[in-house]
Amino acid sequence: MRGNTRLAALGAAVTAAALALSACGGTEPGGGGKDATAWVLTGGPEATFRSSFETWNKDNSDQKITTEFFANDAYKEKIRTAVGSGSAPTLIFNWAGGSLADYVENGDVVDLTDRTKDLQERLVPSVLESGKVDGKLYAVPNNNAQPVVLFTNKKVLADAGVDTAPATFDELLDAVGKLKRAGVDTPIALAGQSQWPELMWIQYLADRVGGPETFNAVLKGEPDAWSSPEMLKALDMITQLVDAGAFGDKFGSVVADANADAALLHTGKSGMLLQGAWTYANFLIDAPAFADSGDLGFATFPSVEGGKGDPANIVGNPANFWSISAKASKEQQDIAFDYLNTAMYDDAYVDSLIDGGTVPVTVGAEEKIAQSEQAPFLTFAYDMVKNAPNFQLSWDQALPASQAQALLTNLSQLFLGQKTPEQFAKAMNDAS
Amino acid sequence: MSVADRVREPRQRVASPVEKHPRRLGPPLWMSLPAMAFFAFFAIVPLVGVVLLSFTTWDGLGTPGWTGASNWTRVLSDPVTQHAIRLSVILTVASWLVQCPTSLLLGVFMAGRQRYRAVYAVLYFVPLLFSAAAVGIVYKALLDPNFGIGPATGVGWLSKDWLGNPSLSLPTLVFVIAWCFIPFHSLLYQGAARQIPREMYEAATLDGAGRVATFFHITLPQLKNTIITSSTLMIVGSLTYFDLIFVMTNGGPGNATRVLPLDMYLRGFRSYDMGGAAVVGVILVVVGLAISALLNRLGGSSRMDSQMEGL
Repeated sequence: MRGNTRLAALGAAVTAAALALSACGGTEPGGGGKDATAWVLTGGPEATFRSSFETWNKDNSDQKITTEFFANDAYKEKIRTAVGSGSAPTLIFNWAGGSLADYVENGDVVDLTDRTKDLQERLVPSVLESGKVDGKLYAVPNNNAQPVVLFTNKKVLADAGVDTAPATFDELLDAVGKLKRAGVDTPIALAGQSQWPELMWIQYLADRVGGPETFNAVLKGEPDAWSSPEMLKALDMITQLVDAGAFGDKFGSVVADANADAALLHTGKSGMLLQGAWTYANFLIDAPAFADSGDLGFATFPSVEGGKGDPANIVGNPANFWSISAKASKEQQDIAFDYLNTAMYDDAYVDSLIDGGTVPVTVGAEEKIAQSEQAPFLTFAYDMVKNAPNFQLSWDQALPASQAQALLTNLSQLFLGQKTPEQFAKAMNDAS
Repeated sequence: MSVADRVREPRQRVASPVEKHPRRLGPPLWMSLPAMAFFAFFAIVPLVGVVLLSFTTWDGLGTPGWTGASNWTRVLSDPVTQHAIRLSVILTVASWLVQCPTSLLLGVFMAGRQRYRAVYAVLYFVPLLFSAAAVGIVYKALLDPNFGIGPATGVGWLSKDWLGNPSLSLPTLVFVIAWCFIPFHSLLYQGAARQIPREMYEAATLDGAGRVATFFHITLPQLKNTIITSSTLMIVGSLTYFDLIFVMTNGGPGNATRVLPLDMYLRGFRSYDMGGAAVVGVILVVVGLAISALLNRLGGSSRMDSQMEGL
């Protein structure tokens, strides 16, 4: 008898442990539910996503899509693990580039080429191109074009005697000097703790100095591509800006996710801000009075005298993208395809993007944009995207993850003055 | 004497009957099975997994591939890791130097029975109630050089770039971590100090010892075991500390606060270098275990001498 009790107790203990374990591996989205799932980013055109999914769920109660919203940094970490462990949502929000290529290589996402024809007709071809890997479409854009724009606070600039946004690098340095003398401690707002806003500076400068080839050499893995004369000159220009005090001495704790850099501009503590076009939408929400006052200026990035790059070239993200998880059930995938073909970039979607102050990536949006309340900025940004000879995808998205992280850390040290351009170039050559 | 000899050394116990008839008294062995099973599943299995992973290359997708010791040579010769090791040592030593004396003094102070001390004790206890993430976010907002407490109050020296300046960020973290953990350690010392028999103080006072002398000759020696426990928690805790640093600086600016646990995380979940991250993880486990074992031996906890002889 006694042996039996022991055995029973042991059995109970093992069952308990097994139950506890299975609860951990649990039913994450994508597991087995009937509804399709989507993970979406907060900020930017969040309202567009919300209303689109709400409308879809109301009209298609048998084909529901459940959503979860995440902040940028948290999402980027979560999604990789989720995809790797087979518990990804049906619709995978991504940035195309290096991470999409990884997903494709591992068979984590499905080919969208044939089943999203309806949607593809509505989209700007160059943006659609970014979602392709080896000629097949694996990701379709889901929001707005995100070129990087030089925002200005016209009042702060005018008070310091700077009448127009700087058009060349020398004018930029000059403007920094004038702002400093006028008592502006932080002439250019920079979210140094987030690191990726620093990338925008080197991306633009490298392009203006040496054209797209400068970075393409890095992408192709050419030896010593980081220490090419053009790259070194661009890096040196960053050092010049830092030494001139262009970013003040407190940029290291400014965080972009909290819009602290935008706050510096609209509270008049800074004169300029280099950020993605989505920041315009943040101004509308965080500081509507400033956005309406006419003090908010926007310009293309200054050119560099003698530089090889076309001043109309832009950097940033063509858009964000949806991919469909290969691990999702057939039912879930069908729902996702239906959603993409019928609801994505329908009239309400495009209107909502424009109302929110962002640039849709659909063809023939000019008219709608011209009629919107935000026409001046949106026309500016739409034309910028349309007329750009080259749209460079953000380097941290374009490069493999291991190099991207090294790039961000080393760049941050360059801005802090802990590394010289040569040391930066050497560290990056070693990392690639 | 080797570690094994030391462990086998017979222990001085009062309750010798337990040793004579260990099979009859005490709960049967199988009762520990559920606990052992959980420990195996949640501690041993992952640990073995991490060790195996450190010999593979894996980016989080697909299947890991065996690479032998190449991760180890790569990570150990990486200046980023070496920097992280140095930072971890500095953080650990600095944290101990700040937390240990402060919490000891606070604990002894709170051990007094005066009512005003009870009020203080409640106040000191407050930081213990907050989650690390909440503390991190609030301190980050307070220390913001543009919109934080400095600019708000107009106090110039508070407006420094506490978390964004490479030479200030680590000391700032040491301070915030201390703010979070001193209450807990004070509580340990308060409890321990209250257990010191009053007779000892009375006897010392009769012999003419003042307050300072009783502190150094009675309180401090009596708190010896608590100091060892609390120091072990502090040192192993600082060595593996992650959440506050992650929330407040994310290892930055540059890599000025990229301590080993952050290095492990950034390697694994930002660079998707799971093999390299596993190497750092194994180093942390080994060093952490070694230090706590060493501290235990230094404290002579295996002997457990009575400190109250004559009472």
